[in-house]
Amino acid sequence: MVMQPASTELAARTAAVISEMKNLEGPLIPILHGVQEEFGYVPQESLPIIAEALNISRAEVHGVFTFYHDFRHNPAGRHVLKVCQAEACQSMGSDAIAAQIKQTLGIGFHETSKDGAVTLEPIYCLGLCACAPAAMLDGEVIGRLDADKIEEIAEEVRK
Amino acid sequence: MSVTIYVPGDSGALSLGAEKVAKAIAKEAADRGVDAKIVRNGSRGLYWLEPMVEVVTDAGRVAYGPVAAKDVASLFDAGFVTGGQHKLSLGDPEKLPYVAKQTRLTFARCGITDPLSLEDYEAHGGLTGLRNAVKMAPADIVKQVTESGLRGRGGAGFPTGIKWKTVLDTAADQKYIVCNADEGDSATFADRMIMEGDPFVLIEGMAIAGLATHATKGYVYIRSEYPHAIAVMTKAVEVARKAGVLGKSVLGSSQGFDIEIRSGAGAYVCGEETSLLNSLEGKRGVVRAKPPLPAIQGLFGKPTVINNVISLASVPIVMDKGAQYYKDFGMGRSRGTIPIQIAGNVKHGGLFEVAFGLTLGEIVDEIGGGTASGRPVKAVQVGGPLGAYFPRALFDTPFDYEAFAAKDGLIGHAGITVFDDSADMLKQARFAMEFCAIESCGKCTPCRIGSTRGVETLDKLAQNIEPEKQLALVTDLCNTMKFGSLCALGGFTPYPVMSAINHFPEDFRPATVAQAAE
Repeated sequence: MVMQPASTELAARTAAVISEMKNLEGPLIPILHGVQEEFGYVPQESLPIIAEALNISRAEVHGVFTFYHDFRHNPAGRHVLKVCQAEACQSMGSDAIAAQIKQTLGIGFHETSKDGAVTLEPIYCLGLCACAPAAMLDGEVIGRLDADKIEEIAEEVRK
Repeated sequence: MSVTIYVPGDSGALSLGAEKVAKAIAKEAADRGVDAKIVRNGSRGLYWLEPMVEVVTDAGRVAYGPVAAKDVASLFDAGFVTGGQHKLSLGDPEKLPYVAKQTRLTFARCGITDPLSLEDYEAHGGLTGLRNAVKMAPADIVKQVTESGLRGRGGAGFPTGIKWKTVLDTAADQKYIVCNADEGDSATFADRMIMEGDPFVLIEGMAIAGLATHATKGYVYIRSEYPHAIAVMTKAVEVARKAGVLGKSVLGSSQGFDIEIRSGAGAYVCGEETSLLNSLEGKRGVVRAKPPLPAIQGLFGKPTVINNVISLASVPIVMDKGAQYYKDFGMGRSRGTIPIQIAGNVKHGGLFEVAFGLTLGEIVDEIGGGTASGRPVKAVQVGGPLGAYFPRALFDTPFDYEAFAAKDGLIGHAGITVFDDSADMLKQARFAMEFCAIESCGKCTPCRIGSTRGVETLDKLAQNIEPEKQLALVTDLCNTMKFGSLCALGGFTPYPVMSAINHFPEDFRPATVAQAAE
């Protein structure tokens, strides 16, 4: 694979995130979070810049980046809906809820709708286990999901 | 006249509309010319009543719930600001049976105080433990924690004081306190509740651990699925720093201690202590072999106390009221209280802190009130995704580390998921394997590959392909995973799988499977 040189703008924005966190102990994960916050995902081109700044190998950065579920390889939709699929939610019918959401939004897990409005993801526990089934839309928590709430979510993401 | 109204800011309450309720109350109060001070408290943990709004009246606090935004106007009409009667009236929240039956030591303030007010925290007994600790020698603090019988509430149940003693006795230029707030087990939310509802008790516990072991730096590693907890903890650390609880000198003492909040990145396995340490260091969250123990070579190779949120948050009460006071609660070798989290298909889901020793049946049927669906309880998973499924026949098991181990189960982080009779235990067993496959860090072969083979084998069983052979294979596979994995992910996944097979054989019987497939 030929590495494309990073665009100067991307490099500058990545470097700005790095300089803010470089002095932390164990800075790599905070930096990856910061880069994702900056771009909405972690661009491949940012990885060698991070590796050089921290004086570690590209392989090491790649290894960490790919280990964690949170870090995105591509931009997400304008909204991100995470639907809990863990046991407490299962006991309250999260399978059926997920099926209904997939049908309403017309996408499956790990997919983004064609209009770029929403990305759908499974999540394993939001700590809302006494308010199951639960989901999270753009960081906002939603408990006791039912047909009405799914409709509200669909309306919200289509705005 | 000014009135104080409590509307929980806890994410459980928020998930049920507490934000809209708070806004509606603020607007309605302004429209009616009522001078209302709205405090965003934590949750008392009665989630079927959330959002539970409380008003301070001359006769004490009066609760209403579950309140929806559309109820707010009628609450004002009913004079709820002076405790007026309304169809949502719950009366004195302390007298609700679910609250009155608890022994709240760790959660004493949760849901009662303003989480970010240090004054409120102190007015309710906060910082007394730390003030006592400041006057004591490190070895004496460790002794008191050891004598209290406090065991790690993360799940392993290792004596907290003994861990601390190892760190104290290991000489080093730098030591760390790491708080494991990677609460990934389904059915557990005690860590989240305390971080959102009473963050100072965790900060106080960590500062005491610092004084006890000469550690000057603390990290709280919070899972990224908990953005609200991360926000509250971050603010609370700033408040504590400004007030001199944290910083170069802890409450004027000669030792400094400071805390940094770190966010996880969506890896369940990072709840395992050694993989959490790797993650904090900026590495893949791969499990480390022990020894060396983290207490001797932990974060960045330095002696490290790594404790669960509830373990650390239980330390202030021990240092405040004494080891004996704490130890007097509980049974056998399980001393003190345990915040039980009752979740899933249950009528009265929530947090119930109580001394060890209640039976599983009392917890599910009496406190939890049976299922939310009204159907019979079929199975109860205790201890999260790595915990065993218990049938009704084992409901006489007392909530105690050893008693659960004796029944091939575990208490874990004390989360309980209730399932009604519509649950398919073969499907649950398959999920346990699937979850292990998704979350395995990849270090140990039995966990990394065994979990995938487990899913395939259970799928074959579901399709009725040589079922007896598949059952024998899964049993053998579970045995390999149990004894051939370094950490609890691969090692404990057999618990839900084998308990489902052993206690609910009807769901795995070829005939049943064949019938269900038709």
